Amino acid sequence: MYRIITATLVLSTATTPLMAQHVDHGAHQMPGSPPAESKPVDHSQMDHSTGDAPAPTSSPVDQSGPPRAADAIWGAEAMRASRKALYDEHGEMALFWFQGDRAEYRVRDGDDGYLWDVQGYYGGDIDKFWFKSEGEGSFDAPIEDAEIQALYSRAIAPFFDLQAGIRQDLTGPARTHAVVGIQGLLPYMFELDAAAFLSDKGDLTARIEAEYDQRITQRLILQPRAEINLSAQDIPELGIGAGIDNLELGLRLRYEIIPEFAPYIGVEQEWKLGGSQDFARTDGEDPSVTNYVIGVRFWF
Amino acid sequence: MIKSNLTLSRRKMIGSLAALAGTAALPMPAWAMGKMKEPIRNGMDQLSGPEVDLHISSGLFKTGARSGHAIAVNGTVPGPLIRLREGQNVRLNVHNMLNEDSSVHWHGLLLPFQFDGVPGLSFPGIKPGYHFTAPFTVRQHGTYWWHSHSGLQEQMGHYGPLIIDPAGEDPIAYDREHVILLSEFAAMHPHEIMKKLKVSEGYFSQQKTTASDDYDFSGEDRRMWGGMRMMPTDIADVSAPTYTYMINGHGPDDDLELPFQPGERVRLRIINGSAMTFFNVRLPGLPMTVVQADGQNVQPVEVDELQIGVAETYDVIVQSNKDGTFAIAAEAMDRSGMAQATLTSRPGERAEFPALRAPPLLSMTDMGHGGMDDGDMDHGNEPVAAMDHSKMEHRQMDHSETQTAAPMAGHDMGAMDMRDTSLLPDTVKVGPGIDMVAMNPQDRTGFPGLGLDTVPHRVLNYRMLRSIDMDHDKRQPDREMQLHLTGNMERYMWSFDGKKFSAVGDDPIRFGYDERVRVKLVNDTMMAHPIHLHGMFFEVVNGQGHHQPKKHTVIVQPGSSATFDVTTDEPGDWAFHCHLLYHMHAGMMQTVSVEFPKAA
Repeated sequence: MYRIITATLVLSTATTPLMAQHVDHGAHQMPGSPPAESKPVDHSQMDHSTGDAPAPTSSPVDQSGPPRAADAIWGAEAMRASRKALYDEHGEMALFWFQGDRAEYRVRDGDDGYLWDVQGYYGGDIDKFWFKSEGEGSFDAPIEDAEIQALYSRAIAPFFDLQAGIRQDLTGPARTHAVVGIQGLLPYMFELDAAAFLSDKGDLTARIEAEYDQRITQRLILQPRAEINLSAQDIPELGIGAGIDNLELGLRLRYEIIPEFAPYIGVEQEWKLGGSQDFARTDGEDPSVTNYVIGVRFWF
Repeated sequence: MIKSNLTLSRRKMIGSLAALAGTAALPMPAWAMGKMKEPIRNGMDQLSGPEVDLHISSGLFKTGARSGHAIAVNGTVPGPLIRLREGQNVRLNVHNMLNEDSSVHWHGLLLPFQFDGVPGLSFPGIKPGYHFTAPFTVRQHGTYWWHSHSGLQEQMGHYGPLIIDPAGEDPIAYDREHVILLSEFAAMHPHEIMKKLKVSEGYFSQQKTTASDDYDFSGEDRRMWGGMRMMPTDIADVSAPTYTYMINGHGPDDDLELPFQPGERVRLRIINGSAMTFFNVRLPGLPMTVVQADGQNVQPVEVDELQIGVAETYDVIVQSNKDGTFAIAAEAMDRSGMAQATLTSRPGERAEFPALRAPPLLSMTDMGHGGMDDGDMDHGNEPVAAMDHSKMEHRQMDHSETQTAAPMAGHDMGAMDMRDTSLLPDTVKVGPGIDMVAMNPQDRTGFPGLGLDTVPHRVLNYRMLRSIDMDHDKRQPDREMQLHLTGNMERYMWSFDGKKFSAVGDDPIRFGYDERVRVKLVNDTMMAHPIHLHGMFFEVVNGQGHHQPKKHTVIVQPGSSATFDVTTDEPGDWAFHCHLLYHMHAGMMQTVSVEFPKAA
């Protein structure tokens, strides 16, 4: 089969100009008048069953190689670009996505605060570049926490991606962490983002976040959210104690004006626990804080 | 009221080519020059004769209150009806006045593969400002259509009907005909639709289950679906209100009116030229007699409703001996909207359209858990005839045949494995692109379509289709192959055998010349896929023995299988794909490569 194509390819390459498409001079050509002549393929010149090729067996298993019948008609060169486009357009789509999962104003005892939690990716179905950033602070005070992550993300299961990369802390004693985590959808539709961090100081910490969207109507959605931070050791300079560092439980009610843009209100309770609680008390901070939040969830 | 601009009386055929020829002395129409200044016209003209010219251009399209950018052919959406006669020689000239590559695929036509119109597979595509000619001899008759095979242009209006009259007397007697070309219009650009499908599961649905919905669906069932990370409302990926459903380029607000006279046998040539929508078609109060499917005549069968998958065609005869007005109601399968036209003998009268029915939900059967005996749906036809398996090559044995149907209850779904990949043959590549494996896929060619299994009237199903001709090819299949339709709803990945087209473009499905092959399609997803083979007709194995109907597109119901026999006598490389446009674009496509005949 392949040799037949090769044989006809040589032949057809020679006849390609005859078969080339002709430019329509739309601005000059009157409608209704015969268009520039485009030669049909002359099959008499292309005997697909030339005797010098071996007779193919009837079993298709013996045939191999890519499908190239069109090359024999139009020329391999003419087909190349459109073939590449065909492959690219049928499965190789790469997308950019950016989501502000939480962008909110936080009302609480003392100074009000703010928080952002954004992520996004660029890539195809399996491999993606994924980035995340979180931060929070109080108005009238320096920013409290801020970090950015750059990750390689690979789909490893129908509903889960494995992510690995680095995290850079932008506040406090700036640190760099190696990150390994998974992100995806658990049974019963819980969104999960769990990662372990190893800092350049050798500290090991972890963070697990889970969210659930309960639709009340097509547009009104109640979202419970939980986050837990863990630490393998005391990190006094960051006020983190070994064990469970802190726990956050939140409830947000959003209205999707369009799915891409949904204002919300909600409440979130934070507790510092164990050693972190002691550090907080020592610093004169309240280890238990209730935030009333108003914000917007968006993506594009 | 908008009068149909394409009323074709058989007694009084319009010679509309004259209109085009007559324009030679007039200023050139905008559509022959590219970007149109005046709006695109809704509806279509007719072209026929030995030379047919299509000019692809772009402009502004409007239906009802919705307007947006669209691609028109010869200035209209849909593009012109191409009317040919069996046996004639024709040169179809396609002029691309867009500023991007384009193409036309002649859907259902038998012709040399190099004129089939798939860029990158059958020809290089048509560059901006160029034209392409497909010269061939017409060797069939029936109702077909044509559309772009470039990018997502089809969604934007680049399609039209194609009718071939028989060389002799038409065995189907009719006095009047109307083309009913079903499609959708979206103001949103198709690339934007594709992105939303990829990044946001269920984006377009306004019918998702909620805490306040009206679905008759127990909390237990809801938890079960949640446990599987699946949505029972995943019936149409894109739907109203994003889509306006149209008949012949007219949305419901356009009040399209199609005339008839009492006593006339009116032939409706129903073509589903939509990108993503299955339609439930009915004319309340007027039964339809199906006489043709996918351009192939079938033994007349009377029904009250039929579901037409994307890219399929059905010709039906309707007849009212009384004066009257009838609704032509084409309801989207997910019941989010309806394409409408009025068939009336009283000019100016508008039909009463039925209300949208409650949206259906997917069931355990759609997950591939067997159950539901479609035999009940059988309207007097024998069940699928047993194959003679002794003559078959059984490399890829159907696992389901050895299993009994899974229990219907499904209340212990948490314990069930929705994705037992050990059930898949070695030919399937297991990966993140497969979120489900049908545990016990049944042949559901007797299923009338989602939501139509419970309606109180007669509905068409594939087992009711009997071809007029006997034994298109008397041979038993030489071999059998199995292909799995695979996907991941959450990631919006679609493929055959777990491999996207981009991964298998160089590794086609190969057939010898004039082989007789039985192909079993197993749907390991919860969506119905209309699978289309270019270049050849296959016969749906539907239990009709010597009268298996020939088709170019077959719906494989969710979690089910469908089987066809094909005689591979059309050499060359042909596209083989899911005709849901965004599924194909995501990779649900393969090449079927048929060997050229051996030297004599």
